Amino acid sequence: MPPPRSTVRVRVHPLGDTAVLAELGTKLDTALNARAIALAAALKKRRDVRQAVAGHASVTVQFDPDQITHEAMAAAIKRLATKRPPLDEPGRLHRIPVVYDGPDLYAVAMQLRLTTHQVIELHGRPIYRVFLVGFVPGWAYLGPLADELALPRRPVPRTQVPAGSVAIAGHQTGIYPLPSPGGWHLIGRTSVKLFLPDSDPPSLFRAGDRVRFFSVSG
Amino acid sequence: MLRVLQPGLLTTIQDIGRPHAVASGVPPGGAMDRFAHTAANLLVGNDRGAATLECTLTGPHLVAEHACLIAITGADFEPRVNGDAAPMWTGLFLSQGDQLTFGGRRAGARAYVAVAGGISADRWLGSMSTNLMCARGGMHGRALVAGDVLPVGELSGPAVAGRNLAAGMRPVYGERTLHVIGGPHFTRLQGESREALFSAGFSVSHDSNRMGYRLEGPRLDAPGEELLSFGVVAGAVQLPAGGQPILLMADHQTAGGYPVVVTVASVSIPIAAQLAPGDEFRFAEITIDTALQMRAAQREALDLLMR
Repeated sequence: MPPPRSTVRVRVHPLGDTAVLAELGTKLDTALNARAIALAAALKKRRDVRQAVAGHASVTVQFDPDQITHEAMAAAIKRLATKRPPLDEPGRLHRIPVVYDGPDLYAVAMQLRLTTHQVIELHGRPIYRVFLVGFVPGWAYLGPLADELALPRRPVPRTQVPAGSVAIAGHQTGIYPLPSPGGWHLIGRTSVKLFLPDSDPPSLFRAGDRVRFFSVSG
Repeated sequence: MLRVLQPGLLTTIQDIGRPHAVASGVPPGGAMDRFAHTAANLLVGNDRGAATLECTLTGPHLVAEHACLIAITGADFEPRVNGDAAPMWTGLFLSQGDQLTFGGRRAGARAYVAVAGGISADRWLGSMSTNLMCARGGMHGRALVAGDVLPVGELSGPAVAGRNLAAGMRPVYGERTLHVIGGPHFTRLQGESREALFSAGFSVSHDSNRMGYRLEGPRLDAPGEELLSFGVVAGAVQLPAGGQPILLMADHQTAGGYPVVVTVASVSIPIAAQLAPGDEFRFAEITIDTALQMRAAQREALDLLMR
């Protein structure tokens, strides 16, 4: 019996003359993300591909236009994307201790009509997926966050967020690896280092890993 | 070996970067103007990817501790050897004690200095490129300072001076037109914004660096649903909600969720790299086929140096 074909529709857009963005979907979804990671891994094996990086539900592919045309690359991506995805093996599990004393914890609880204890409990309950490592060194988009905790970003981003801040926004959570500006709500802090400049790869988390937070006292 | 007497405004060691580190969120980095960087290396007989000095807006003052073969390419900051005007885009010998200095900025924003044998520096994640944010690579992850000594690697072949790249083969840095290809979210641009993107001029704001340039010009509007973050590339022009575009450059953030309305074609990245804060330019749309033809012509110029 032939393997079942997937119904994922892939849209391939040019990103200049040496790269394309392959969109698998537009929603935050674990299965789509697993497909994107698998597609990026398959594309990286090709000799005409210089780099393939999975986004939340997309793959950005840099390729050598001397070896393959845009049309042929788009066709190859679509062909690979419709193959049956490999079983999404559970990624490595990281347990992250958090002191839940962030400057926004109380305001978050008020906005969500929850107690701070409920916010902490809801944040620590799920096992999150690392959807994407990127933006800044070591930053990882983790999700999905419980619906009860979903909030838009702060209207005015902070100019400086300390490294180790544990934050939430939308249906995602994350940890600031370096001091940087940021618009997410800060609910806690961790001493775990996410950016490891003297390791290779230099990020603790990899796309597809799993993360669980647990509360510790400061 | 070269000794740094004065570093210039921002002089860093760069090669062709660390593209594979983007999966960890580390910018790919590398020389902003790859054409000038590559040409400088080929003029002194190095591999294309050897480390060079990238000198921003002003040049350094260097002294040769040993005789060496160098080439200066990219922006014209009036290079001089022992006070005499030195040719650019040409391999030239420095004797022990010779002084390399620069005058004023005549054109461009970034000059490159290659030394036969390549500059030896800290290698981080496969590249000697300096990443200032992470403080890694190059000269201990920082810009050059007075007193630094730049060790030079082994020569891979005989050093031959006088090799040069004909003027007609160099990028026209004064051209001020960036050729672009429609991006994934081009269709989000409203009619007026679409017209303004190509008809109005833009300028590079003072809030610009190796990560990217904030552009000043007409406010552009590309409404639509919030996007999930995706991997971005150098040359991508992002449009945040405020309507002020950002052109991503070599040390760009690896992922973003802003619409990418156009992407600068690879042939125009060296032109973009030579724009200084305050410089004005225009975007011109081209097809992928045209972009690839122009790219091939640009590469042929470099291939001439391989012969």
